[in-house]
Amino acid sequence: MAWVWFHRFGSPPHFYRLATRLAPWFAWPALVLCLAGLIGGLGFAPADYQQGDGFRIIYVHAPSAWLSLMVYVVMAASAAVGLIWRMNVAHALAASCATIGASFTAVALLTGMLWGRPMWGTYWEWDPRLTSELLLLFLYLGYMGLRNSIDDLGRADRASAVLAIVGVVNVPVIHYSVIWWNSLHQAPSVMRFGEPTMPASMLLPLLAMLAGFTCYFVALLLTRARAEVLRRERSAQWVATVLDVPARSV
Amino acid sequence: MLKFFAMGGYGAFVWPSYALTALAVTLNILWARSALRSARQEALRRLAARRGPTLPYEVGS
Repeated sequence: MAWVWFHRFGSPPHFYRLATRLAPWFAWPALVLCLAGLIGGLGFAPADYQQGDGFRIIYVHAPSAWLSLMVYVVMAASAAVGLIWRMNVAHALAASCATIGASFTAVALLTGMLWGRPMWGTYWEWDPRLTSELLLLFLYLGYMGLRNSIDDLGRADRASAVLAIVGVVNVPVIHYSVIWWNSLHQAPSVMRFGEPTMPASMLLPLLAMLAGFTCYFVALLLTRARAEVLRRERSAQWVATVLDVPARSV
Repeated sequence: MLKFFAMGGYGAFVWPSYALTALAVTLNILWARSALRSARQEALRRLAARRGPTLPYEVGS
């Protein structure tokens, strides 16, 4: 029974209409959550006893890093689905993830550097966490480059899917790098077994930002995926129908 | 207010981080919307081309 649901989402017109309806349900919560997180993080969270107010970079650095990892997993999973079930919509989703993921990997790296300079005394170290995150950026760029270099869309989909899937092994490496190796970067304080090591006043705004960024990504993905699906659809029938719908719901 | 911008001496690192993130967030929104807009326009153009000229001012385009 679940397969019917699954294959229905693979139908481009169904996906397009669903994406159109869903996007605002993620966009507005994203705005509210991020505003709440920013106000809480910049206004209410107390200064850290070691890092002072400098720790507040966490409210943009951690969500960006979270996005960089989560988006890659979504990209790899969509690519795998597209490869296995030969689903155009899944390939469209994977392609739509790339720019977003690459942007926030870059942001995570740069904000990390800005945080590292005052706290560690250096902008950069070739330590496991930083190096593997940089590798993730190269994987995203490689995915985009590979896609663009192949003219045939089907081949581009399949080749880039393989790259995305092979590269996903980097994601657990990044997450566990601070546990497996001696890293300058601190160990996980939230995504760990046992209780988070942060007080609620600092943690809650962070959770809000994490949730807000996640919702923001979903809204973005749905928008980009709609564009990608439109671009791929040669069959005019359903395209004509959705585009004749009044402007507000398109 | 000034204390807020100073961020305990770390202002030079905190605010550029926030600005960078805001830039990435904004750019991605703009890119996504522009992608959807151009995809829609291109699809409309393709549909019109397929339909062929139907109005006097379209003939010859």
